[in-house]
Amino acid sequence: MKENHIQFHQDISVQNIMEKQWYTISVYSENHVGLLNRISGIFLKRHINIESLNVSKSEIDGVSKFTIVVYVTKEWTRKIVGQIEKQIEVIKAYYHTDDETIYQESALFKIASHLLFDERQIQNIIKESNSQIVTVSREFFVLAKTGRRHEIDEMHEALEPYGIMQFVRSGRIAVTKATMPISEILQEFQEN
Amino acid sequence: METLKAQKKDSQKKKTMRISGAEAIIHCLLAEGVDLIYGYPGGAIMPVYDELYKFQDRLTHILSRHEQGATHAAQGYARVTGRVGVAMATSGPGATNLVTGLADAQIDSTPMVCITGQVPRHLLGSDAFQETDIVGISTPVTKWNYQITRVEEIPEIMAKAFYIARSGRPGPVLVDITKNAQFDELDFVYEKCTKVRSYKPVPKPEAGSLEKAAELINNAKKPFIVFGQGVILGEAEAELKAFVEKTGIPAAWTILGLSAMDTDHPLNVGMVGMHGNYGPNLLTNECDVLIAIGMRFDDRVTGNLDTYAKQAKIVHFEIDPAEINKNVKVDVAVLGDSKETLKDILPLLNENEHKDWKAEFDKKHQIEYDTLIKNDIYPTKEGLTMGEVIEQINVASEHKAVMVSDVGQHQMIACRYAKFKQSKSNITSGGLGTMGFGLPAAIGAKMGAMDREVVAIIGDGGYQMTIQELGVIFQHNVPVKIVVLNNDHLGMVRQWQELFFDKRYASTVMTNPDFVKIAEGYHIKSRRVTEREDLKEAVQEMMASKDPYFLEVKVEKEDNVFPMIPSGASVSDVRLK
Ligand SMILES: Cc1ncc(C[n+]2csc(CCOP(=O)(O)OP(=O)(O)O)c2C)c(N)n1
Ligand SMILES: [Mg+2]
Repeated sequence: MKENHIQFHQDISVQNIMEKQWYTISVYSENHVGLLNRISGIFLKRHINIESLNVSKSEIDGVSKFTIVVYVTKEWTRKIVGQIEKQIEVIKAYYHTDDETIYQESALFKIASHLLFDERQIQNIIKESNSQIVTVSREFFVLAKTGRRHEIDEMHEALEPYGIMQFVRSGRIAVTKATMPISEILQEFQEN
Repeated sequence: METLKAQKKDSQKKKTMRISGAEAIIHCLLAEGVDLIYGYPGGAIMPVYDELYKFQDRLTHILSRHEQGATHAAQGYARVTGRVGVAMATSGPGATNLVTGLADAQIDSTPMVCITGQVPRHLLGSDAFQETDIVGISTPVTKWNYQITRVEEIPEIMAKAFYIARSGRPGPVLVDITKNAQFDELDFVYEKCTKVRSYKPVPKPEAGSLEKAAELINNAKKPFIVFGQGVILGEAEAELKAFVEKTGIPAAWTILGLSAMDTDHPLNVGMVGMHGNYGPNLLTNECDVLIAIGMRFDDRVTGNLDTYAKQAKIVHFEIDPAEINKNVKVDVAVLGDSKETLKDILPLLNENEHKDWKAEFDKKHQIEYDTLIKNDIYPTKEGLTMGEVIEQINVASEHKAVMVSDVGQHQMIACRYAKFKQSKSNITSGGLGTMGFGLPAAIGAKMGAMDREVVAIIGDGGYQMTIQELGVIFQHNVPVKIVVLNNDHLGMVRQWQELFFDKRYASTVMTNPDFVKIAEGYHIKSRRVTEREDLKEAVQEMMASKDPYFLEVKVEKEDNVFPMIPSGASVSDVRLK
């Protein structure tokens, strides 16, 4: 009976491993020119599409942070993160599911100014979507929206019928609910 | 001239000196203990060659005949000495010719530093003459690489390059240096690198992992060890031997693990993998605990993963965390340097014997011996076999020679039958399977171990991929012994065509030149053997020669290498014919 029980759980965990999911990979690294090439090569080799990529500074002086979003199985994510962490300039790499992170994307919409007056509905969209007007000129105005991917998609859908002159969406940025003790890890490197 | 040299040596004792980047590179190499490098000059690296000329009394540069040859020679040197091999080339085609050697060193974890010249900084990105993005090209095949564009970077980057190449799991590093950085001057001080902030070369074992591993091993009824090159790279041969002898566990090796343990040790049960021995392959699927030491479960070792050692608990001693659970799910991972972890686990292990279990290996060995090995090494049929040549070399070398092999049937036969007493004696291209590796690697191996015999076993196909390196052997009188096992075929591919492509021999038959005449053209003593009765004496003559020696043996054209696990099949499906 007990054995059956264990078997059951193993099956479930196997299923979890095989299931594709959204993962946010956070890579803390030295700021090194060639590193992006090395990291993207790891995905390329395995034919894994990078859904979104953001590089910025991190909470630690002189340490960069890559935020990479992929849609793959846990097994693959674990292996990729292992390969990333192996790169000389990488301090630490983590992977997290959406539940484990607080994440956002940003988007800009450039729209013809006359629509603001001709199409009443546009004003409603701006209000409901909780977006900001960044600038207005005689020809166009720019809306900025920050939020989840689906919220930006919904706003895009709503505005599309009126004509969007330009659209751009940023990569995902994320912080984790759990701590990422990079300072401690760096300390450990120093002591070794 | 003399006084200039003397002055230069004097100024070196001082802490800093004002020198060119090119000269700084030489001082970096000297500071790292390098006295031998392989390379090929050209425009973008000429300032460094000019300095090599001035420093030739302290740093020997060997002109390979192709940059690929330089990398393999550096690899051969590194593998036999355990030190970092160095190769140098110019930009563009010189640099791209290094790529195969880099890839080979990357997959076989060989410490190597490659230095390439590059067009001046102001021309970067302009499609200048012989400009190639070698840093971009070599990224996937290097452990680390870097482009130096300012002279001040030279000491720090060179120090880092050597440290990264040799530490942890070793690998190749490429440093690309723009020509302006070679000409410009700097105040030179050299400090060896001992750490890089973001890089942890040797991980610590997780708490309790040694105890967990020991418990599994102590309770095992049918434990089985498979060791790889990690033992050699970690110089853990004595620790492995102590482990094996205390526990009485049968131990097999991967092709790169060969020579880490005396091939005649009673607990050495042979090779695993596609052309490995019958017993260790079959019994992989019967052991209850599989102890993997410094090996990475390559597909040529495991065959089909879905049917690989599923019944066994797996313990993995490994320095590279990314290898854990990469191909095979393990029950206990012991991270760290094999020398340390094997030493630390020894007191936790019970003394044991596994007589009945070991007897199963002996039984399987007997089957393999009777059906295969006997006919391979003591054939009675007419044509010469590759196996009997290796056996004659064993006899003549008394198991003391370094064997360098190329890639193909002769490689598998050489690794199956060669006997070794000493570690770092088997040099072959394992992970990449690079035809053309053998001859230049043998040059490097010989120059790294002048006190040892170095015998290269090469196929007629691979020989012609780097045959130009005979020029190095001739010019520098490098006393390597070259054996070409000539079957007039790309034998290994022909074997697959016979077995899996209905004997459609597409492009595997070769009309070969007179190899003996070619060797003679390079003034290398040479001989051809076509009859069995001449073999023993010819091998003895070769081994006794103080000079380089070339021996061609005409072997059976259509022999196959067995045992064989067809690719994608299970280790249980190992075929004896
Ligand atoms: C550079 C390179 N090209 C192609 C191959 C594929 N390959 C593997 S073994 C082999 C045949 C080798 O022939 P030969 O050197 O005569 O050795 P033999 O198998 O006959 O002993 C070939 C073509 C390879 N391993 N390396
Ligand atoms: Mg051949």
